Amino acid sequence: MKRLLDIEFHKFRYSKSSKTLTIIYLAIVVLLMLSGMIRIKLNGFNGSFSDLGIFNFPLIWHVSTYFTSFLKIFIAIVIVSLTANEYSNRTLKQNLIDGLSKKELILSKFYLALTLAVLTTLIVFLASLILGLIYSDFNEASIIFSQMGYLGAFFLAHLVFFCFCLFAGILVKRSAFALGFVAVWWIFEAVLNLIARGVDQLYETHIYDWLLHILPLNAMSNLIKEPVTKIDLISSTIKQIDIQGMDFTYDMEWIDILSVSIWSALFIYWSYALLKRRDL
Amino acid sequence: METILEINQLHKKYGSLTAVDHISFKIKKGHVYGILGPNGSGKSTTLGMVLNVVNPTSGDYRWFEGSTSNHDALKRIGAIIERPNFYPSMSAIQNLELVCKIKNIAPYKIEEKLALVDLLSRKHSAFKTYSLGMKQRLAIASALLNDPEILILDEPTNGLDPQGIRQIRDIIQKIAANGTTILLASHLLDEVEKVCTDVVVLRLGKMLYSGPVNEMNRNHGSIVIDAVDREALHHFLKTKAYAGSITVHDDGLEVTLYEDVDLTQINKEAFENGIILSKLFHKKQSLEDQFIELTNQN
Repeated sequence: MKRLLDIEFHKFRYSKSSKTLTIIYLAIVVLLMLSGMIRIKLNGFNGSFSDLGIFNFPLIWHVSTYFTSFLKIFIAIVIVSLTANEYSNRTLKQNLIDGLSKKELILSKFYLALTLAVLTTLIVFLASLILGLIYSDFNEASIIFSQMGYLGAFFLAHLVFFCFCLFAGILVKRSAFALGFVAVWWIFEAVLNLIARGVDQLYETHIYDWLLHILPLNAMSNLIKEPVTKIDLISSTIKQIDIQGMDFTYDMEWIDILSVSIWSALFIYWSYALLKRRDL
Repeated sequence: METILEINQLHKKYGSLTAVDHISFKIKKGHVYGILGPNGSGKSTTLGMVLNVVNPTSGDYRWFEGSTSNHDALKRIGAIIERPNFYPSMSAIQNLELVCKIKNIAPYKIEEKLALVDLLSRKHSAFKTYSLGMKQRLAIASALLNDPEILILDEPTNGLDPQGIRQIRDIIQKIAANGTTILLASHLLDEVEKVCTDVVVLRLGKMLYSGPVNEMNRNHGSIVIDAVDREALHHFLKTKAYAGSITVHDDGLEVTLYEDVDLTQINKEAFENGIILSKLFHKKQSLEDQFIELTNQN
């Protein structure tokens, strides 16, 4: 495993696009952190994000993992381009000729995806921890380290997305088209969701509830549910208005965890099967 | 003698097209092999199959008498296929370091191999800034990193200018002189003739010949012979059993041979028949002639 990671990080380190995108990723995380310190003065309103209590432990784990999730697209671009460029530069062929087996090749890519998922989780963990320590109203260790499950979900969501991108890169072979494939798939799931909702309303079925767990990107985004309604200000407003039929669940569901784990495994297996079958 | 590669009834079909048709041959240690064949005869597909990048439809092959798995065997060989494939934004050194990591060897030979192909001065430049000749030389350096037991080269001089071709050929001859087994696929026959001891001839995926270069054709070459009295010489030659067709050139008669001849015997007989020869030498058939003849026959 060490050798395969070493090989893959050698490719990662000397690729210009991966360097740029990683820096952009880090920069945005830092910017998001700093945004908590900005005080907005508007029409006599004077406040900052920290006043909303979103940096309070343990809410911050939920808020930060939810709002940094969309950033994974930057790392995903790195994975797609690293994978698809192996095809366009024909280095994939050369790697195999040099004595890497097809299995090792896919494994090394998977290890990279795994490592990047761990690293991004670690970065978000550290960033949230620092922010929380500065702004949180509660500083007891037992509160700080409660509800850490969101980080686990964050990691799984990243892993499944990276595996999906890896598969797209292998399947489509051109990085631009592979990114297009990811986008098209995302739209495809959205359209399917819409149709399912329509059908559900017409025939009182529960297709949408199932699609939410079964489709890979659905399950991925369903892992961490929106935290906005959990924020004091907003949740108290909702309570005051007392809207009927609005109850929110924030818990991670085991079916989603199972679903993304299975999808991750499937994407890796399919990548291997594709590579094995193809003539290069 | 140790067998490096054994190919057994290897067969590849792309849809309805048969690219390689049940080919079998052996590569022995220490020889320099040429794979000859016109474009599209299945050379690259054959090499692709033994290098684990093309899946055979049927048949099999064994590296090093089956002592290691295929991808471990590939760590012991060096191969260049078609055009050089490297990571464009990495420098020569960084690319070769990666190859060392894949082949699981220490990187201390990088400088030595770069010196061999005369690229030391550009070792820190990105691969994408290289000329085609430099890229091809880097590929050779890369293939030599592990001091391979066999070097496989597929059209190594394709697209190069005359200087580039000369440089690559010199490098190949240098490597061959060290006793490294080489498998060279090419359609440039003088290239093969200069370095190879054995050849495999392919056409339309079929193997036409496999064996030593000088036994490729069962004919015996020709003699060029001339005398002041050409008329008499012509009559004299017609009676001989060894003489095939006789072609008249400005500088003498060229006679294709049916069997091996002793030139002194011919000279003696001619003199006894009152013909005084002014020219007599044996002409070996060039590889090109043999190749054209062989590929036209079948």
